[in-house]
Order: sequence, then C-alpha cells, then structure tokens
Amino acid sequence: MTDSFRSGLRLGIPFGIVAFVLSLSFGVLARQAGFSALQAIVTSALVFAGSAQFAALSIVAGGGGVAAALSAATLMNGRFLAMGIALAPSLPGGPLARAAQGQAVVDASWALANRGDGTFDRWLLFGTTVPQYVAWVSGTVIGALAGDVLGDTERLGLDAVYPSVFLALLVAELKQARARKVAAVGAGIALCLVPLTPPGLPILAASAATLIGLGGRHR
Amino acid sequence: MTLWLLIAGCIVTTALIKAAGPVIAGGRDLPAWFMSIAALMAPALLAALVVTAALADGQRLGVGAHTAGVAVAGVLLWRGHSVVLAVGAAVVVTATLRALA
Repeated sequence: MTDSFRSGLRLGIPFGIVAFVLSLSFGVLARQAGFSALQAIVTSALVFAGSAQFAALSIVAGGGGVAAALSAATLMNGRFLAMGIALAPSLPGGPLARAAQGQAVVDASWALANRGDGTFDRWLLFGTTVPQYVAWVSGTVIGALAGDVLGDTERLGLDAVYPSVFLALLVAELKQARARKVAAVGAGIALCLVPLTPPGLPILAASAATLIGLGGRHR
Repeated sequence: MTLWLLIAGCIVTTALIKAAGPVIAGGRDLPAWFMSIAALMAPALLAALVVTAALADGQRLGVGAHTAGVAVAGVLLWRGHSVVLAVGAAVVVTATLRALA
C-alpha cells in the first residue's frame, strides 16, 4: 500500500507540472471572464476537474448563463462515470467510503492506476492525485492573482498542453493491438459526434468503443 | 452572485458524478466481460480526449497551431521521451507558429 502510494506520488510529479501550467491559464482566463480571484481559487480547490472548469469558463466568457455553463461542465465530467464504474471493483468499503475514494479520480491518476486487466491500484491512484491537486490549486492561485503579467495565454501556446498530456497517457496504453483498435474507434466516434452534440458528450460516447473487447473475447 | 451559484453547482455535480460509479458498481464481484470492458476504457476515453482537444473548438472541427504542437508531442512520446519534454515541445511549437502567423 505505502509503496504504491509513494510511487504514485513520484509518477504524479510530471503531471503535476503540467497541471500547474494548465491551472495557471485557468486562473488567468477566469479573471478575464469576470471571476474574482477567490472564486477562481475556490473553483479549482473544490471542483478539481480541469476540463469541466474550462468548459464552464468558456461558456461564461462567451456570455452564456449558469444553466448552460453547468450543463457543459457536467457533460465534460460524464467520462468520470465510465471511469468510476471501471474502478468500482477495486475500491473496498461501504458505499460512503467508495464514494469518497472516487473523488480522487482525475484522468492521469486513473489511467496510471489501471493495471490493464480490469483492476486498479487504488493507492497508486491516490498518490498520483496528490501532486496534481497541490499543483492545480497553486497554479490557479498564481494565475488568478498575478495573471495580468502573463497576458494572452493562447499566444504562449498553453492550449497545446492539455491534449499533449492526454496523448502521453494514451501512448502508454497502446501496447496491445486490441487497445489500439479501441482507441482508434473511440477517436472516430468522438470526432463524428463533435459537430452534432454539445462538447463533452462525444468523449462519453467514445466509451462505447470498449464493446470491441467483448467481440474479441467470445470469438 | 450567479457565478457563486455556478461554482456551487459544479462542486456538487462533479462530486456526485465521481461518486456514482464506485457506489453503483462497487461492493460486489463483477463478471469477466465487465472486467474486459473496464480494461479498455482508458484507451477509448483518452483517444477521445486527445482528438477533441486537438481538433475541435466547441462544435467546430479544424486544425490550428496547437494541432501541430500536439503532433510534435506525439512523435516525441512515441520515441520514448518524457511527458514534460513532449509537453514543452508542444508549447514551443504552438507559440512559435502563432508568433510567425
């Protein structure tokens, strides 16, 4: 347990660095969209879901209402439903304990804790989340309080950070031919749905690509 | 005030969504087919996150400077370089392309 937790802490550091850069730009953009510094920091500390925060922010910045922003954030979070179901058998304890442990799920931690056989190393997951959480909150604090110094974050190329991080996690998952096939189908489903559905839904729908796994097993 | 309402809503829905899977599907042994689906969830969701973040802007598909940056990161990662190096290269390529444009 503690070994897993410790290696999780180590594995989480590069993702923490990346989370810091991302949350820095969240802090800056939140201020520009009309959030107070306190509101930006509370959001990062208690929501702690990057893509949902950016989704809500882009709607607020575009002049959208609370309902639209909240739905966008919730759809973005839809994938945590799929991740949580996959993780569930690896979490001990009663419903409340499992619900609490589920809060530690962020994309990088969940992907790294995945043993590849359908089970997850939960202590590795908790460990990997710690540096990312610390970095996420501190990046937001700095971005929200000192963001004016940075100026336009898009000019700095920071919007390339988020997809590159997921690509790093994805590359590590592609050792098996079946995983490569599922990834290709998942990407295809998502791209087809982008013009047709609100953002977030294409990602959740991509989870249907895992059904390929069933076909392979029973043949 | 409305922003606080939005923030509170995001806190509650995110916590509920993260709790839902472990509460609903936990606490019992699940069949083999479930485990084989669970094992493949990561490549499916990560691939979808990558392509939507690199190629979609809201509901519009298209390429930008950041798409090139992400492609460079992909090549570096495929050759076994570290995440931090790949992300750094992606940022530099994207920023340089935008500065030249």
